[in-house]
Amino acid sequence: MTDTTTTRTPVPAAPAQAAPAAAPTSFVGALEIDIRFLGMIGALAVIWVVFDFLADGTFLTPRNLWNLSVQSSSIAVMSTGMVLVIVMRHIDLSVGSILGVTGMVMAVFQVGTLLPAFGFNHPAVIVLTLVAGIAAGTAIGALHGFVIAYLGVPAFIVTLGGLLVWRGAAWAVAEGKTIPLVDDNFKLLGGGANGSVGETWSWVIAIIACLAIAFATVQARRQRQRFHFPLKPVWAELVIVVAGCLAVIGATLMVNAYTLPPVLARRYAEAAGLTVPPEGISISFGYAIPVLVALAVGIVMTFVTNRTRFGRYVFAIGGNPEAADLAGINTRRVTLAVFALMGALAAIGAAISTARLNSATNAQGTLDELYVIAAAVIGGTSLSGGSGTIAGAMLGALVMQSLQSGMVLMRVDTPYQNIVVGIVLVFAVWIDTVYRKRFK
Amino acid sequence: MNAVTSPVAAPGASHVEGTPAVEMRDICISFGGIRAVDGVSVDLHPGEVVGLLGHNGAGKSTLIKILAGAYKPDAGEIRINGQKAEIANPRDAKRYGIETIYQTLALADNVDAAANLFLGRELMTPWGTLDDVAMEAATREVMGRLNPNFRKFKEPVRGLSGGQRQSVAIARAIHFNAKILIMDEPTAALGPQETAQVAELIKQLKAEGIAIFLISHDIHDVFDLADRVSVMKNGKLVGTARTSDVTKDEVLGMIILGKSPPGALAGPGAAAD
Repeated sequence: MTDTTTTRTPVPAAPAQAAPAAAPTSFVGALEIDIRFLGMIGALAVIWVVFDFLADGTFLTPRNLWNLSVQSSSIAVMSTGMVLVIVMRHIDLSVGSILGVTGMVMAVFQVGTLLPAFGFNHPAVIVLTLVAGIAAGTAIGALHGFVIAYLGVPAFIVTLGGLLVWRGAAWAVAEGKTIPLVDDNFKLLGGGANGSVGETWSWVIAIIACLAIAFATVQARRQRQRFHFPLKPVWAELVIVVAGCLAVIGATLMVNAYTLPPVLARRYAEAAGLTVPPEGISISFGYAIPVLVALAVGIVMTFVTNRTRFGRYVFAIGGNPEAADLAGINTRRVTLAVFALMGALAAIGAAISTARLNSATNAQGTLDELYVIAAAVIGGTSLSGGSGTIAGAMLGALVMQSLQSGMVLMRVDTPYQNIVVGIVLVFAVWIDTVYRKRFK
Repeated sequence: MNAVTSPVAAPGASHVEGTPAVEMRDICISFGGIRAVDGVSVDLHPGEVVGLLGHNGAGKSTLIKILAGAYKPDAGEIRINGQKAEIANPRDAKRYGIETIYQTLALADNVDAAANLFLGRELMTPWGTLDDVAMEAATREVMGRLNPNFRKFKEPVRGLSGGQRQSVAIARAIHFNAKILIMDEPTAALGPQETAQVAELIKQLKAEGIAIFLISHDIHDVFDLADRVSVMKNGKLVGTARTSDVTKDEVLGMIILGKSPPGALAGPGAAAD
């Protein structure tokens, strides 16, 4: 045998490859950003500006944008899981019902079991509530995944059944009663004045985020240098880092500009033992905790899809299930895991939305599956499988919520809101189809 | 390669002496009462190209899927380098150094060349994450050997031409040190220039001592590349012949009529005249 053996040490690439690949011609080309993602940010900006104009300047206020971020977080969390489900050519119609039943499970478990056992506001209460909810969600999702992957029932049918079963189960947990939540720590997950991190911590988070962006860029560049790969121009890297940091700083300025109303601020300051100056005190909300949870989920899910074997397999199976099978990938196990993950994310969504409403009801999350699917699809996830991004889906959730909240500010009645959202969904997917045909 | 050409070799015997890289003996497999492969025996030596010919539905692909671990035979045995081999799934086959390039190419269209090359065998960093940079480096190295003009390392393979896709599929096989390469209709989807490229590649791999099964329903694809041909019809082996001992027309007769010519070693599927 001659040298067909693999060289594992980093070899300098052939001389022809040491030179940067064909010099990128356009500005956007050099930046190597997803054009679709850029388009979505543009679309979101247009929606915001138009609504601000139509709603007499009430849309682009710190207060409304802050609310928008909180209202989007539950759907955004779930949309990250839906991306993987749809990438694998499946669908999950049961997420709204899983949200309903896991919300009820958490509330009943907290009020009925944990509170008597640990006492009021004990830290174990929030931890165990979340553990129970996420375990329940994972188990439900895994059950769906098992039936889909190992028994061969189409996901559409399994999760359609799940939609009915778990909605019924949500009712059965407490026979239709509404369960009020009592643990104050758990309520922080819902946002509000207490469930926000305040000005100082918001800046700390912003600085860490900016450093992380810079560090990740430098690290990626070093890696490519080490292997003598073609590199992006330095200015392109700088543009990305600066744009990312500006976005972070802008968002931080915005959430810090939203302050407590003077009366509440005074009460809050007094409760915290601060002396209130006569001219009043300004207390910023800062980032809401549910938003931080959603961002953390987004980062973790992006890592999972891009950097782990599991994520790679999800995309490979979505691209060509037969090829994945022949490559020795256990496609059934991956399918089961994706649905289990979706269930876990629905439970996190449930924690956020029950905490926000301060109670669990059996109708919670009704129709959420459709918003979650819409968010993923508007965010560029292809229903034919194989492509989609976590960031796109989260942006899609923000687009959906922007439409709804904008129409509320314009005092559009709910039925008309639904008409608009429905039309926008179809329109967005049509645009995406045209894009795919032209550019791919 | 220590090939010794023996002038008085029996018809159909390999010109390469020594232990065959692959011996499949009396392989049988049925699907729902239909004998897809019925008592077929073939062998393949290191540095040799054997063309496996027959009509669509003759059982060639099924036979080869057994060797690749996609199907389990009902009867018969497989020997790799003289040792009896147990091949129950694609992973087992890969452990024996058997790599397969399927007719359908078996690439995931939506991910890039490196992801396809390492599909199912990803390189990982010490932290358990995908080592994309190392995989890209290895891909650049192996592709540089196969197809030096290849540049689209960051693109999903969907955007590649037929020949480029084929070279990714072949790169996957040779990067993992294939000793035995199975190519199912490797040029079926290619234009004339790309077909010539793949032919060149096959010669190169053969020179490196790799044993190659070339499967095709078209004799013209394989006759010039193969050292020997084995022809199947209706699940049975018609016969095996050295390409130097038979003409294209005679092989065509084997494929169409199932008639084994004098220069070939007749198999159980040969038509009696």
